[in-house]
Amino acid sequence: MSNLTLKPTKPWKRTPKQQLLIAVNLLVAAAISFVIVLVTPMKGKLAYLLLFFISTIIVNFAENYFKSGIAPAKDSIATSFVTAGLIIAVVPIFSILFTIFERGRAGLNFNLFSHDMKSNGPNDPLGQGGLLHALVGSGIMVGIALLISLPIGILTAIYLTEIKGIFSRPIKFLVQAMSGVPSIVAGLFILSAVVFPITKSSSGLMGGLALSILMIPTIARTSEEVLLLIPSDLREAGVALGGTQWRTISLIVVPAAKSGLITAIILGLARVAGETAPLILVSGGGDAVNPNPFHSPMGSLPFYIWKGFTFGTTESIARSWAGIFVLLSIIFILFIAARTLSGSEEKK
Amino acid sequence: MSTTVSGTNSAISPTSTPEKREITTKPRFSDKVFRGVATVGGLSSLVILGLILIFLGYQGFQVLRSEGFGFITGSNWQVMQDNAGNTDLAASSFGIAAMLVGTLLCAALAVSIAVPISVLCALYLTFYAPQFLKKIMVAIIDLMAAFPSILFGMWGFFVLMPHVEYWAKLIHKYFGWIPLFKMEVPVFTRSPFVAGVVLAIMIIPIITSVSREIFSQTPLDRVQAAYALGATRWSMIRAVVIPYGKSGVVGGAMLGLGRAMGETVAVYTVLNLVYQINWHVLIGAGGNVASMILLKFGEAGPTETRALMAAGLVLFLLTLLVNSIANTIVSRTGGKGR
Repeated sequence: MSNLTLKPTKPWKRTPKQQLLIAVNLLVAAAISFVIVLVTPMKGKLAYLLLFFISTIIVNFAENYFKSGIAPAKDSIATSFVTAGLIIAVVPIFSILFTIFERGRAGLNFNLFSHDMKSNGPNDPLGQGGLLHALVGSGIMVGIALLISLPIGILTAIYLTEIKGIFSRPIKFLVQAMSGVPSIVAGLFILSAVVFPITKSSSGLMGGLALSILMIPTIARTSEEVLLLIPSDLREAGVALGGTQWRTISLIVVPAAKSGLITAIILGLARVAGETAPLILVSGGGDAVNPNPFHSPMGSLPFYIWKGFTFGTTESIARSWAGIFVLLSIIFILFIAARTLSGSEEKK
Repeated sequence: MSTTVSGTNSAISPTSTPEKREITTKPRFSDKVFRGVATVGGLSSLVILGLILIFLGYQGFQVLRSEGFGFITGSNWQVMQDNAGNTDLAASSFGIAAMLVGTLLCAALAVSIAVPISVLCALYLTFYAPQFLKKIMVAIIDLMAAFPSILFGMWGFFVLMPHVEYWAKLIHKYFGWIPLFKMEVPVFTRSPFVAGVVLAIMIIPIITSVSREIFSQTPLDRVQAAYALGATRWSMIRAVVIPYGKSGVVGGAMLGLGRAMGETVAVYTVLNLVYQINWHVLIGAGGNVASMILLKFGEAGPTETRALMAAGLVLFLLTLLVNSIANTIVSRTGGKGR
């Protein structure tokens, strides 16, 4: 009996017969909905979908009821509903991605990355002008925001996970509360606290400050989660070797959490890269490349999109879609980077 | 520890034995500095929230004092100028009642559309989805949570709005007898209903991920006990998961509510702002505090800007309240079990 080998089986997997049955059920449901649309006054795509959903439920319910009784029949209704929930939640995402691809394509060209709108209006033909100024401005403002938020966010996370002082609970609560601050309030705050009393003019720095308010809670919360994942053995080993808390954290804990902290930064960047409302209030939004964040208005990608949208002509809106295409591509890349990093962290 | 130094060996002469080290639990100087710096960094969130309150309050104080409670109960927004061309605060009236009602209406509508969809979606992802699909879907839904709001605004305006208007007409045709859906003038464009649907799509990823997290924390022994007693998947969910995750879902819904109330750009594009309290969601006349701030900001004089700051303060306090309640509920649910 030495040639007996046990093959791993998956008894919970659907057999071909069951799969065929599911397909038959769906076909029957589709046929029913088609017939109902044909003979009743209900018309349109909406009617098809709704009737298909209802008839799927009924067909599945009937099949399970006659085969196994009332409990599996109820279970089949629930399955239909949760699947529908997933589909409804996902349809808008694909619709959005498709729309951006379809409408953004027209405005994409190389001029976009080499020209600004200094000598072009939003209504000019699509080949002229570009969004260089917006890219530069967005980069500078997000960079300023990162410069401010990174130390504050990581210190907050360190306070919450390493020091655990008496303020831990209130600070945790406040950081969560801060992540709910509406973006326009962040803009109004910078306006009331810095622009009106001190600088009296909008500039890239103001935009960066407003973005940092939105960025701090994201970085703080993500880094806190990351630091909590570092095993306490590492901390105890550091202290047992005679290290002070400062040296333990700076030389052992933070380097161990490096990729997680980078993920936190990336998520923070993705969070603020598309913020529009505060930038409309405080950054001014110029049309020329302006590398100086301390002086004169500065354009940004969201502002560029916003301007094209509010201008309202075919060309300007096509520009906006192209801008969104670029913006979403950036966010997408950041997001993939964060996923890859945190994914490799989990595998360790 | 103190004994290690006294363990002399022959190489060291007895005279050179170091004195016993005093053992203290007092932190070193470097640690004191480090703790100080980290505490200051940690307290910055308190400082920032405090400063937002102080500065918006300070800038809005003048308007709030002259309007009193009328600022949140009145719905007239009129800027009067005296002969010299300056804004006359006494004659002007600033009231944001219509905008507040509109904000709450849109946000409530969004939450009531988004919660059932998100909860079903979260249930599917936690208990029904095959592993590969689960991974992809979770990534896609997380990505959607990172979509910028201007994207929802433009997509909502160009793609979604025509569809939603058609739905609104259907709802009006078949459910017009319900007071909420009643309308005298058939204007379906840019109604609170459209804004509510756009906001619902925006907050679905948030509520889904909170619910999913809560559902996945359901104690495994209870889940398996239910299965062992012969429960179907649905009866297990009803008996174990829903009682366990109920309050967490409520918290997630309130987080979504907070986000929906503070949303600016996405609402601005699809909502027609009208300074009159309107409870009928299908009529193309709504209000939204954040959108109003954006709309009025461009042309506002100094006094009107102060009024906008006051409106921002009200919005800030409202979202702070909703978010605090939400976070308390969520963290309480997450704590037990597991």
